[in-house]
Amino acid sequence: MAKKSSIKIRAKAKNGVVTVKALISHKMETGLRKDKKTGKVIPAHFIEEVVCEHNGAPVLEAEWGVAISKNPYLSFKFKGGKAGDTVKLSWKDNTGKSDSLETKVK
Amino acid sequence: MQRRHFLKNTMATGAIALAASSGLLVPGSVLAAWNKKAFDAKDVQSALKGAIGTELTEATDKIKIKAPQIAENGAVVPITISSTLSNVKSITILSEKNGTPLIAKFNLKGKSEAFISTRIKMGKTSNIIAVCESGGKFYSARKEVKVTIGGCGG
Repeated sequence: MAKKSSIKIRAKAKNGVVTVKALISHKMETGLRKDKKTGKVIPAHFIEEVVCEHNGAPVLEAEWGVAISKNPYLSFKFKGGKAGDTVKLSWKDNTGKSDSLETKVK
Repeated sequence: MQRRHFLKNTMATGAIALAASSGLLVPGSVLAAWNKKAFDAKDVQSALKGAIGTELTEATDKIKIKAPQIAENGAVVPITISSTLSNVKSITILSEKNGTPLIAKFNLKGKSEAFISTRIKMGKTSNIIAVCESGGKFYSARKEVKVTIGGCGG
């Protein structure tokens, strides 16, 4: 892949519980801000949904609004995972763009 | 309005189909269409109704909201929601005085624990409301966060 992924993800298992921490690089534009030079409203551009899968089965499905901060951070936990399992995170924004990244549980 | 939503959704789905056919994997097929009505709602009641289907929640001390008492920058307010309720199916986060109160809804599948940590935007000093769905009922907790610089608009 020539382009760097927009996602950074880490998953760590401890006593059967996997903690996932992810950072997504996205501007999360609300559609309320104005361009200071032109005075025009900057159109909304934000992530609408985030899905996380553990070994191919969904463990988290999130619906987001514009009030999630720029370059979103997300952390959550799930049971029944162990080192070596795969965790995959994908997102889709309101313009139809998307990205995903898979990692191994440590 | 309905028809406009329909058109918009169809177009969005088209874009997904295109992305999928070009080899990109998208979560679009897993979730239903984005809940525009709930996210556009201007008050807490209708946002709740849109997001979880009811505006009635039971206050509980079993949901813990970890957030700063004073947030210097409303654009980035770190919050952590956790709960000791059993079998939590979803966690919904709202900020009472934001222009559109609904911030996000997290649907937890099977193995997930009732724990979510993220960063949100807050327009001004307001209560954060966390709603957890457990056993077909909705429980809520709130916590006030003082904001010195707003994070919506600017």
